[in-house]
Amino acid sequence: MLILAIESSCDDTAAAVFDGKEETVLANVVSSQNEIHARFGGIVPELASRCHIEMIWPVVREALDQAGVSLDEVQLISATQGPGLVGSLLVGFTFAKSLAMVRGLPCVGVDHMAGHILSSMLEQERPEYPYTALTVSGGNTSLFSVASAVEYSRMGRTRDDAAGEAFDKVAKLLELGYPGGPVVSRLAEDGDPKAITFPRAWLGKDSLDFSFSGLKTAVMNYVHKLRQKGEPLKIADICASFQEAVVEVLVTKTVNAARANSHTRIALGGGVASNQRLRTLMQQACDREGLSLFVPRPAYCTDNGAMIALAGWYHYQAGRRVEWDDDAYSRSPLN
Amino acid sequence: MQPGNTASLPGAYQGHCKDMRTDDNQPLSCPGPMNLDQLSLFGRQLAGMLLPGDLLLLQGELGAGKTTLVQQIAQGLEVGADQYVSSPSYALLHEYSGRLPVYHMDLYRLSGEEDVEGAGLLDYLNHQGVTLIEWPDRLGSLLPDQYLEIHLAMVDEERRRLTLICHGKSWQLRCRELERLKSLPGAME
Repeated sequence: MLILAIESSCDDTAAAVFDGKEETVLANVVSSQNEIHARFGGIVPELASRCHIEMIWPVVREALDQAGVSLDEVQLISATQGPGLVGSLLVGFTFAKSLAMVRGLPCVGVDHMAGHILSSMLEQERPEYPYTALTVSGGNTSLFSVASAVEYSRMGRTRDDAAGEAFDKVAKLLELGYPGGPVVSRLAEDGDPKAITFPRAWLGKDSLDFSFSGLKTAVMNYVHKLRQKGEPLKIADICASFQEAVVEVLVTKTVNAARANSHTRIALGGGVASNQRLRTLMQQACDREGLSLFVPRPAYCTDNGAMIALAGWYHYQAGRRVEWDDDAYSRSPLN
Repeated sequence: MQPGNTASLPGAYQGHCKDMRTDDNQPLSCPGPMNLDQLSLFGRQLAGMLLPGDLLLLQGELGAGKTTLVQQIAQGLEVGADQYVSSPSYALLHEYSGRLPVYHMDLYRLSGEEDVEGAGLLDYLNHQGVTLIEWPDRLGSLLPDQYLEIHLAMVDEERRRLTLICHGKSWQLRCRELERLKSLPGAME
Protein backbone atom coordinates (compact mmCIF):
# COMPACT_ATOMS: atom_id res chain seq x y z
CA MET A 1 0.00 0.00 0.00
CA LEU A 2 1.38 3.40 -1.00
CA ILE A 3 1.00 6.11 1.61
CA LEU A 4 1.27 9.88 1.12
CA ALA A 5 2.05 11.69 4.36
CA ILE A 6 1.92 15.39 5.20
CA GLU A 7 3.41 17.21 8.17
CA SER A 8 2.88 20.93 8.86
CA SER A 9 2.98 21.28 12.64
CA CYS A 10 5.77 23.86 12.86
CA ASP A 11 8.11 25.77 10.55
CA ASP A 12 8.60 23.30 7.72
CA THR A 13 6.06 21.76 5.42
CA ALA A 14 7.01 18.13 4.80
CA ALA A 15 5.68 15.28 2.69
CA ALA A 16 6.69 11.67 2.20
CA VAL A 17 5.74 8.70 0.06
CA PHE A 18 6.00 5.38 1.82
CA ASP A 19 5.50 1.79 0.76
CA GLY A 20 3.59 0.24 3.65
CA LYS A 21 4.00 -3.40 2.64
CA GLU A 22 7.76 -3.10 2.21
CA GLU A 23 8.02 -0.49 5.00
CA THR A 24 10.26 1.56 2.71
CA VAL A 25 10.52 5.34 2.36
CA LEU A 26 10.25 6.23 -1.35
CA ALA A 27 10.54 9.99 -0.87
CA ASN A 28 10.99 12.34 2.09
CA VAL A 29 10.78 16.05 1.25
CA VAL A 30 11.01 19.08 3.55
CA SER A 31 10.21 22.64 2.46
CA SER A 32 13.63 23.94 3.52
CA GLN A 33 15.37 21.62 1.04
CA ASN A 34 17.05 22.92 -2.11
CA GLU A 35 14.67 21.12 -4.48
CA ILE A 36 11.78 23.14 -3.12
CA HIS A 37 13.72 26.38 -3.25
CA ALA A 38 14.30 25.62 -6.93
CA ARG A 39 10.55 25.35 -7.47
CA PHE A 40 10.27 28.90 -6.16
CA GLY A 41 12.94 30.09 -8.58
CA GLY A 42 15.64 29.84 -5.95
CA ILE A 43 14.27 32.67 -3.84
CA VAL A 44 12.37 31.68 -0.74
CA PRO A 45 11.93 34.55 1.68
CA GLU A 46 12.41 33.59 5.30
CA LEU A 47 8.74 34.21 5.83
CA ALA A 48 7.92 31.42 3.39
CA SER A 49 9.22 28.89 5.89
CA ARG A 50 5.94 29.43 7.70
CA CYS A 51 3.75 29.73 4.64
CA HIS A 52 2.44 26.21 4.60
CA ILE A 53 -0.32 27.14 2.18
CA GLU A 54 2.17 28.16 -0.49
CA MET A 55 4.50 25.27 0.25
CA ILE A 56 2.20 22.32 0.50
CA TRP A 57 1.50 21.61 -3.13
CA PRO A 58 5.13 22.02 -4.34
CA VAL A 59 6.30 19.80 -1.47
CA VAL A 60 3.73 17.08 -2.21
CA ARG A 61 4.51 17.24 -5.93
CA GLU A 62 8.22 16.94 -5.26
CA ALA A 63 7.64 13.92 -3.00
CA LEU A 64 5.52 12.16 -5.65
CA ASP A 65 8.09 12.98 -8.36
CA GLN A 66 11.01 11.71 -6.31
CA ALA A 67 9.12 8.52 -5.52
CA GLY A 68 8.19 8.12 -9.18
CA VAL A 69 4.58 7.70 -8.15
CA SER A 70 1.44 9.34 -9.51
CA LEU A 71 -1.34 10.56 -7.27
CA ASP A 72 -3.56 7.78 -8.73
CA GLU A 73 -1.35 5.15 -7.12
CA VAL A 74 -1.63 6.57 -3.58
CA GLN A 75 -3.91 4.41 -1.39
CA LEU A 76 -3.73 6.04 2.04
CA ILE A 77 -3.25 9.61 3.26
CA SER A 78 -1.66 10.33 6.62
CA ALA A 79 -1.27 13.76 8.18
CA THR A 80 -0.14 15.33 11.44
CA GLN A 81 -3.25 16.25 13.44
CA GLY A 82 -1.41 17.84 16.38
CA PRO A 83 0.20 19.20 18.45
CA GLY A 84 1.32 22.58 17.15
CA LEU A 85 -0.07 25.84 15.87
CA VAL A 86 -3.60 25.05 14.78
CA GLY A 87 -3.31 27.47 11.85
CA SER A 88 -0.26 25.60 10.55
CA LEU A 89 -1.64 22.14 11.27
CA LEU A 90 -4.92 22.91 9.55
CA VAL A 91 -3.16 23.53 6.24
CA GLY A 92 -1.69 20.03 6.10
CA PHE A 93 -4.55 18.27 7.85
CA THR A 94 -7.26 19.88 5.71
CA PHE A 95 -5.23 19.28 2.54
CA ALA A 96 -4.96 15.61 3.50
CA LYS A 97 -8.65 15.25 4.37
CA SER A 98 -9.73 17.02 1.17
CA LEU A 99 -7.47 14.92 -1.03
CA ALA A 100 -8.66 11.73 0.64
CA MET A 101 -12.30 12.74 0.33
CA VAL A 102 -12.05 13.69 -3.35
CA ARG A 103 -10.13 10.51 -4.18
CA GLY A 104 -12.21 8.23 -1.97
CA LEU A 105 -9.15 7.22 0.07
CA PRO A 106 -8.82 6.42 3.76
CA CYS A 107 -7.20 9.15 5.86
CA VAL A 108 -5.41 8.88 9.19
CA GLY A 109 -4.56 11.71 11.62
CA VAL A 110 -1.30 11.20 13.49
CA ASP A 111 0.19 12.79 16.59
CA HIS A 112 3.52 14.45 15.81
CA MET A 113 4.99 12.95 18.98
CA ALA A 114 4.02 9.45 17.80
CA GLY A 115 6.06 10.14 14.67
CA HIS A 116 9.19 10.90 16.69
CA ILE A 117 8.58 7.97 19.05
CA LEU A 118 8.43 5.58 16.07
CA SER A 119 11.07 7.20 13.82
CA SER A 120 13.75 4.60 14.62
CA MET A 121 11.41 2.02 13.05
CA LEU A 122 12.19 3.63 9.67
CA GLU A 123 15.67 2.12 9.77
CA GLN A 124 16.82 -1.38 8.84
CA GLU A 125 17.98 -1.96 12.39
CA ARG A 126 14.83 -1.29 14.30
CA PRO A 127 13.76 -2.01 17.86
CA GLU A 128 11.26 -4.68 18.76
CA TYR A 129 8.48 -3.74 21.16
CA PRO A 130 8.45 -2.85 23.95
CA TYR A 131 11.07 -0.12 24.14
CA THR A 132 11.80 3.16 25.92
CA ALA A 133 11.83 6.25 23.70
CA LEU A 134 13.50 9.60 24.31
CA THR A 135 12.15 12.33 22.04
CA VAL A 136 14.38 15.37 22.26
CA SER A 137 14.16 18.47 20.08
CA GLY A 138 13.82 22.23 20.15
CA GLY A 139 10.26 21.95 21.43
CA ASN A 140 10.16 18.70 23.41
CA THR A 141 12.14 16.55 25.77
CA SER A 142 10.07 13.54 26.80
CA LEU A 143 10.39 9.90 27.77
CA PHE A 144 7.88 7.28 26.69
CA SER A 145 7.21 3.65 27.34
CA VAL A 146 6.33 2.17 23.95
CA ALA A 147 4.23 -0.99 24.24
CA SER A 148 3.33 -1.36 20.56
CA ALA A 149 3.14 0.62 17.33
CA VAL A 150 0.10 2.49 18.60
CA GLU A 151 0.43 2.38 22.42
CA TYR A 152 2.76 4.78 24.23
CA SER A 153 2.66 6.21 27.71
CA ARG A 154 4.61 9.25 28.83
CA MET A 155 7.06 8.78 31.70
CA GLY A 156 8.58 12.25 31.90
CA ARG A 157 8.81 15.60 30.11
CA THR A 158 10.45 18.97 30.45
CA ARG A 159 9.12 21.36 33.04
CA ASP A 160 10.53 24.44 31.30
CA ASP A 161 12.93 24.57 28.33
CA ALA A 162 13.46 21.73 25.87
CA ALA A 163 17.04 20.46 25.48
CA GLY A 164 17.34 21.79 21.93
CA GLU A 165 16.10 25.16 23.06
CA ALA A 166 18.81 25.30 25.74
CA PHE A 167 21.40 24.75 22.99
CA ASP A 168 19.88 27.53 20.90
CA LYS A 169 19.76 29.95 23.81
CA VAL A 170 23.35 29.26 24.86
CA ALA A 171 24.37 29.88 21.26
CA LYS A 172 22.56 33.21 21.40
CA LEU A 173 24.26 34.07 24.67
CA LEU A 174 27.70 33.32 23.21
CA GLU A 175 26.77 35.34 20.11
CA LEU A 176 26.98 32.31 17.86
CA GLY A 177 23.68 33.07 16.11
CA TYR A 178 20.23 31.62 16.48
CA PRO A 179 19.34 28.82 16.12
CA GLY A 180 22.78 27.66 17.07
CA GLY A 181 22.49 24.16 18.50
CA PRO A 182 24.69 22.53 15.85
CA VAL A 183 27.29 25.33 16.20
CA VAL A 184 27.53 24.74 19.96
CA SER A 185 28.02 21.00 19.36
CA ARG A 186 30.72 21.63 16.77
CA LEU A 187 32.64 24.04 19.02
CA ALA A 188 32.26 21.60 21.90
CA GLU A 189 34.37 19.06 20.02
CA ASP A 190 37.46 21.17 20.75
CA GLY A 191 36.54 21.91 24.35
CA ASP A 192 36.98 20.18 27.70
CA PRO A 193 33.62 18.88 28.95
CA LYS A 194 34.98 18.94 32.51
CA ALA A 195 36.35 22.50 32.36
CA ILE A 196 33.33 24.07 34.07
CA THR A 197 30.89 22.32 36.36
CA PHE A 198 27.45 23.46 35.31
CA PRO A 199 24.48 22.22 37.36
CA ARG A 200 22.50 19.10 36.44
CA ALA A 201 18.81 19.30 37.31
CA TRP A 202 17.80 15.84 38.56
CA LEU A 203 14.49 17.00 40.12
CA GLY A 204 14.41 14.30 42.77
CA LYS A 205 15.79 10.78 42.81
CA ASP A 206 13.05 9.03 40.86
CA SER A 207 11.86 11.87 38.66
CA LEU A 208 11.97 11.32 34.90
CA ASP A 209 11.10 14.96 34.24
CA PHE A 210 13.64 17.37 32.80
CA SER A 211 14.55 21.00 33.45
CA PHE A 212 17.08 22.95 31.40
CA SER A 213 16.15 26.52 32.29
CA GLY A 214 18.44 26.61 35.33
CA LEU A 215 21.36 25.34 33.26
CA LYS A 216 20.78 28.07 30.68
CA THR A 217 20.80 30.67 33.48
CA ALA A 218 23.95 29.15 35.02
CA VAL A 219 25.79 29.46 31.70
CA MET A 220 24.53 33.01 31.40
CA ASN A 221 25.72 33.96 34.88
CA TYR A 222 29.10 32.38 34.22
CA VAL A 223 29.50 34.29 30.97
CA HIS A 224 28.36 37.59 32.52
CA LYS A 225 30.85 37.26 35.37
CA LEU A 226 33.78 36.67 33.04
CA ARG A 227 32.69 39.52 30.79
CA GLN A 228 32.42 41.86 33.79
CA LYS A 229 35.93 40.94 34.88
CA GLY A 230 37.11 41.48 31.33
CA GLU A 231 38.42 37.92 31.13
CA PRO A 232 38.37 36.11 27.80
CA LEU A 233 35.70 33.46 27.27
CA LYS A 234 36.90 29.96 26.48
CA ILE A 235 34.02 29.33 24.10
CA ALA A 236 34.91 25.72 23.29
CA ASP A 237 35.15 24.79 26.99
CA ILE A 238 31.84 26.52 27.76
CA CYS A 239 30.12 24.71 24.88
CA ALA A 240 31.61 21.34 25.84
CA SER A 241 30.79 21.72 29.55
CA PHE A 242 27.26 22.90 28.79
CA GLN A 243 26.65 20.07 26.32
CA GLU A 244 27.99 17.56 28.83
CA ALA A 245 25.49 18.77 31.44
CA VAL A 246 22.58 18.36 29.01
CA VAL A 247 23.69 15.00 27.66
CA GLU A 248 24.50 13.51 31.05
CA VAL A 249 20.97 14.21 32.30
CA LEU A 250 19.39 12.88 29.10
CA VAL A 251 21.43 9.66 29.19
CA THR A 252 20.96 8.99 32.90
CA LYS A 253 17.21 9.56 32.90
CA THR A 254 16.67 7.54 29.72
CA VAL A 255 18.58 4.58 31.13
CA ASN A 256 16.67 4.94 34.41
CA ALA A 257 13.40 4.92 32.48
CA ALA A 258 14.36 1.78 30.56
CA ARG A 259 15.32 0.11 33.83
CA ALA A 260 12.02 1.16 35.46
CA ASN A 261 10.18 -0.35 32.46
CA SER A 262 12.36 -3.47 32.46
CA HIS A 263 12.99 -2.66 28.80
CA THR A 264 16.14 -3.83 27.04
CA ARG A 265 15.82 -1.38 24.13
CA ILE A 266 16.14 2.40 23.89
CA ALA A 267 15.18 4.47 20.84
CA LEU A 268 15.91 8.14 20.22
CA GLY A 269 13.93 10.63 18.14
CA GLY A 270 13.77 14.38 17.51
CA GLY A 271 16.34 16.85 16.21
CA VAL A 272 18.71 16.63 19.19
CA ALA A 273 18.95 12.85 18.65
CA SER A 274 21.45 13.77 15.89
CA ASN A 275 23.81 15.23 18.52
CA GLN A 276 27.00 13.17 18.33
CA ARG A 277 27.89 13.49 22.00
CA LEU A 278 24.42 12.27 22.98
CA ARG A 279 24.75 9.30 20.64
CA THR A 280 28.22 8.44 21.95
CA LEU A 281 27.42 8.68 25.67
CA MET A 282 24.04 6.96 25.23
CA GLN A 283 25.75 4.10 23.37
CA GLN A 284 28.37 3.78 26.13
CA ALA A 285 25.66 3.71 28.80
CA CYS A 286 23.65 1.13 26.85
CA ASP A 287 26.73 -1.07 26.40
CA ARG A 288 27.38 -0.85 30.13
CA GLU A 289 23.78 -1.71 31.00
CA GLY A 290 23.32 -4.40 28.37
CA LEU A 291 20.73 -2.36 26.45
CA SER A 292 20.33 -1.99 22.70
CA LEU A 293 20.23 1.53 21.28
CA PHE A 294 18.37 2.56 18.12
CA VAL A 295 18.88 5.97 16.52
CA PRO A 296 17.35 7.12 13.23
CA ARG A 297 19.42 8.95 10.61
CA PRO A 298 19.40 12.78 10.93
CA ALA A 299 16.75 13.25 8.20
CA TYR A 300 14.33 11.18 10.30
CA CYS A 301 15.32 12.91 13.55
CA THR A 302 14.21 16.40 12.53
CA ASP A 303 10.56 17.04 11.65
CA ASN A 304 9.78 14.95 8.58
CA GLY A 305 6.97 13.32 6.63
CA ALA A 306 8.40 9.79 6.64
CA MET A 307 7.71 9.31 10.36
CA ILE A 308 4.14 10.55 9.83
CA ALA A 309 3.72 8.04 6.99
CA LEU A 310 4.97 5.20 9.19
CA ALA A 311 2.84 6.21 12.16
CA GLY A 312 -0.14 6.62 9.81
CA TRP A 313 0.42 3.16 8.35
CA TYR A 314 0.48 1.61 11.85
CA HIS A 315 -2.62 3.50 12.96
CA TYR A 316 -4.41 2.53 9.74
CA GLN A 317 -3.66 -1.14 10.45
CA ALA A 318 -5.00 -0.65 13.96
CA GLY A 319 -8.27 0.55 12.40
CA ARG A 320 -7.92 4.28 13.04
CA ARG A 321 -9.46 6.74 10.56
CA VAL A 322 -10.25 10.45 10.70
CA GLU A 323 -13.82 11.63 10.57
CA TRP A 324 -14.23 14.39 8.00
CA ASP A 325 -15.17 16.90 10.70
CA ASP A 326 -12.20 16.01 12.97
CA ASP A 327 -10.16 19.06 13.94
CA ALA A 328 -6.47 19.67 14.44
CA TYR A 329 -5.38 20.02 18.08
CA SER A 330 -2.80 22.26 19.72
CA ARG A 331 -1.83 20.15 22.75
CA SER A 332 -0.77 16.53 22.49
CA PRO A 333 -2.58 14.02 24.67
CA LEU A 334 0.76 12.16 24.65
CA ASN A 335 2.63 15.08 26.17
CA MET B 1 8.67 35.64 52.68
CA GLN B 2 5.83 33.85 54.41
CA PRO B 3 2.96 33.04 52.06
CA GLY B 4 0.60 33.72 54.95
CA ASN B 5 1.47 37.40 54.89
CA THR B 6 -0.06 38.00 51.53
CA ALA B 7 -3.57 38.74 52.75
CA SER B 8 -2.42 41.80 54.64
CA LEU B 9 -0.35 43.16 51.81
CA PRO B 10 -2.69 45.43 49.86
CA GLY B 11 -2.26 48.99 50.90
CA ALA B 12 0.53 48.34 53.31
CA TYR B 13 3.21 49.95 51.19
CA GLN B 14 1.07 52.22 49.09
CA GLY B 15 2.84 55.26 50.46
CA HIS B 16 6.02 54.38 48.65
CA CYS B 17 4.35 54.50 45.28
CA LYS B 18 1.68 57.13 45.62
CA ASP B 19 3.68 59.80 43.82
CA MET B 20 3.92 57.69 40.71
CA ARG B 21 1.97 59.14 37.85
CA THR B 22 -0.08 56.54 36.10
CA ASP B 23 -2.52 58.52 33.98
CA ASP B 24 -0.40 58.89 30.85
CA ASN B 25 1.46 55.59 30.67
CA GLN B 26 4.12 56.57 33.17
CA PRO B 27 5.89 53.46 34.35
CA LEU B 28 4.99 52.12 37.75
CA SER B 29 8.39 51.33 39.08
CA CYS B 30 8.74 50.93 42.79
CA PRO B 31 12.29 51.45 43.94
CA GLY B 32 14.26 48.40 44.88
CA PRO B 33 14.79 45.03 43.30
CA MET B 34 12.69 41.97 44.15
CA ASN B 35 14.02 38.55 44.93
CA LEU B 36 12.67 35.58 43.00
CA ASP B 37 10.20 34.58 45.74
CA GLN B 38 8.70 38.06 45.71
CA LEU B 39 8.48 37.97 41.95
CA SER B 40 6.65 34.64 42.14
CA LEU B 41 4.20 36.09 44.63
CA PHE B 42 3.67 39.09 42.38
CA GLY B 43 2.87 36.73 39.49
CA ARG B 44 0.28 34.82 41.48
CA GLN B 45 -1.31 38.03 42.81
CA LEU B 46 -1.39 39.65 39.39
CA ALA B 47 -3.26 36.56 38.14
CA GLY B 48 -6.08 37.37 40.55
CA MET B 49 -6.71 40.68 38.76
CA LEU B 50 -6.78 39.35 35.24
CA LEU B 51 -9.90 39.59 33.08
CA PRO B 52 -10.97 37.79 29.90
CA GLY B 53 -9.21 39.31 26.89
CA ASP B 54 -6.26 40.70 28.88
CA LEU B 55 -2.92 41.04 27.14
CA LEU B 56 0.39 41.08 29.01
CA LEU B 57 3.65 41.85 27.26
CA LEU B 58 6.84 40.57 28.86
CA GLN B 59 10.12 42.36 28.23
CA GLY B 60 13.52 41.31 29.48
CA GLU B 61 16.69 39.66 28.29
CA LEU B 62 17.35 35.94 28.12
CA GLY B 63 17.24 34.51 31.63
CA ALA B 64 15.47 37.53 33.14
CA GLY B 65 12.69 35.24 34.32
CA LYS B 66 9.92 35.85 31.80
CA THR B 67 8.88 32.21 31.49
CA THR B 68 9.15 31.78 35.26
CA LEU B 69 6.81 34.71 35.78
CA VAL B 70 4.37 33.19 33.28
CA GLN B 71 4.47 29.93 35.26
CA GLN B 72 3.47 31.83 38.39
CA ILE B 73 0.70 33.75 36.63
CA ALA B 74 -0.60 30.46 35.21
CA GLN B 75 -0.56 28.95 38.68
CA GLY B 76 -2.52 31.95 39.95
CA LEU B 77 -5.00 31.40 37.12
CA GLU B 78 -5.57 27.87 38.40
CA VAL B 79 -3.82 26.12 35.53
CA GLY B 80 -3.52 22.57 36.91
CA ALA B 81 -0.17 21.21 38.02
CA ASP B 82 -0.49 18.47 35.36
CA GLN B 83 -0.20 21.14 32.65
CA TYR B 84 3.49 22.03 32.65
CA VAL B 85 3.99 25.62 31.59
CA SER B 86 7.08 25.10 29.45
CA SER B 87 8.81 27.48 27.07
CA PRO B 88 6.93 28.13 23.82
CA SER B 89 10.06 29.40 22.02
CA TYR B 90 9.97 26.61 19.46
CA ALA B 91 6.22 26.07 19.14
CA LEU B 92 5.53 29.86 19.25
CA LEU B 93 2.36 29.24 21.29
CA HIS B 94 1.35 27.04 24.19
CA GLU B 95 -2.24 26.92 25.45
CA TYR B 96 -3.38 26.07 28.94
CA SER B 97 -6.76 25.93 30.59
CA GLY B 98 -7.31 27.49 33.99
CA ARG B 99 -9.84 29.94 35.46
CA LEU B 100 -9.41 31.55 32.02
CA PRO B 101 -7.73 30.10 28.93
CA VAL B 102 -4.04 31.02 28.91
CA TYR B 103 -2.16 31.69 25.65
CA HIS B 104 1.58 31.92 26.15
CA MET B 105 3.54 33.09 23.11
CA ASP B 106 7.21 33.63 22.44
CA LEU B 107 7.81 35.64 19.27
CA TYR B 108 11.60 35.44 19.50
CA ARG B 109 11.97 33.34 16.36
CA LEU B 110 9.72 35.58 14.26
CA SER B 111 11.13 38.45 12.27
CA GLY B 112 8.18 40.85 12.34
CA GLU B 113 4.49 41.48 12.03
CA GLU B 114 4.08 39.60 8.75
CA ASP B 115 5.36 36.48 10.48
CA VAL B 116 3.04 37.05 13.43
CA GLU B 117 0.11 37.40 11.09
CA GLY B 118 1.24 34.44 8.97
CA ALA B 119 1.36 32.18 12.02
CA GLY B 120 -2.22 33.15 12.89
CA LEU B 121 -1.25 34.31 16.37
CA LEU B 122 -3.40 37.44 16.40
CA ASP B 123 -6.61 35.40 16.45
CA TYR B 124 -5.91 34.42 20.03
CA LEU B 125 -6.27 37.99 21.24
CA ASN B 126 -10.01 37.69 20.58
CA HIS B 127 -10.44 34.41 22.42
CA GLN B 128 -11.36 35.93 25.79
CA GLY B 129 -8.41 34.34 27.52
CA VAL B 130 -5.26 35.80 29.00
CA THR B 131 -2.53 36.25 26.40
CA LEU B 132 1.09 36.55 27.54
CA ILE B 133 3.65 37.50 24.92
CA GLU B 134 7.42 37.30 25.22
CA TRP B 135 9.52 39.33 22.72
CA PRO B 136 6.48 41.47 21.81
CA ASP B 137 8.50 43.94 19.71
CA ARG B 138 7.80 41.57 16.79
CA LEU B 139 4.17 42.71 16.91
CA GLY B 140 5.07 46.08 15.40
CA SER B 141 1.96 47.97 14.38
CA LEU B 142 -0.24 45.00 15.25
CA LEU B 143 -0.04 45.89 18.94
CA PRO B 144 -3.51 46.55 20.40
CA ASP B 145 -4.27 49.62 22.58
CA GLN B 146 -4.98 47.89 25.86
CA TYR B 147 -2.21 45.95 27.53
CA LEU B 148 0.05 45.70 30.53
CA GLU B 149 3.75 45.97 29.82
CA ILE B 150 6.00 44.12 32.25
CA HIS B 151 9.74 44.75 32.22
CA LEU B 152 12.09 42.44 34.06
CA ALA B 153 15.67 43.60 34.46
CA MET B 154 18.38 41.50 36.04
CA VAL B 155 20.04 43.13 39.05
CA ASP B 156 22.07 40.05 39.91
CA GLU B 157 21.56 36.29 40.02
CA GLU B 158 18.90 36.45 42.71
CA ARG B 159 17.18 39.76 42.12
CA ARG B 160 15.13 41.46 39.42
CA ARG B 161 13.85 44.97 38.97
CA LEU B 162 10.22 45.06 37.92
CA THR B 163 8.60 47.87 35.95
CA LEU B 164 4.96 47.95 34.89
CA ILE B 165 3.36 50.22 32.30
CA CYS B 166 -0.41 50.39 31.95
CA HIS B 167 -1.62 50.97 28.40
CA GLY B 168 -5.23 51.80 27.58
CA LYS B 169 -8.16 52.50 29.81
CA SER B 170 -8.66 48.92 30.94
CA TRP B 171 -5.23 48.84 32.56
CA GLN B 172 -5.12 52.45 33.71
CA LEU B 173 -8.24 51.75 35.76
CA ARG B 174 -6.41 48.90 37.44
CA CYS B 175 -3.22 50.82 38.06
CA ARG B 176 -3.82 51.57 41.76
CA GLU B 177 -4.62 47.96 42.37
CA LEU B 178 -1.40 46.97 40.63
CA GLU B 179 0.61 49.40 42.71
CA ARG B 180 -0.53 47.67 45.83
CA LEU B 181 0.22 44.22 44.43
CA LYS B 182 3.70 45.26 43.60
CA SER B 183 4.35 46.66 47.04
CA LEU B 184 5.57 43.44 48.53
CA PRO B 185 7.45 43.26 51.83
CA GLY B 186 11.12 43.58 51.22
CA ALA B 187 10.64 44.92 47.71
CA MET B 188 11.64 48.36 48.97
CA GLU B 189 15.17 49.13 49.84
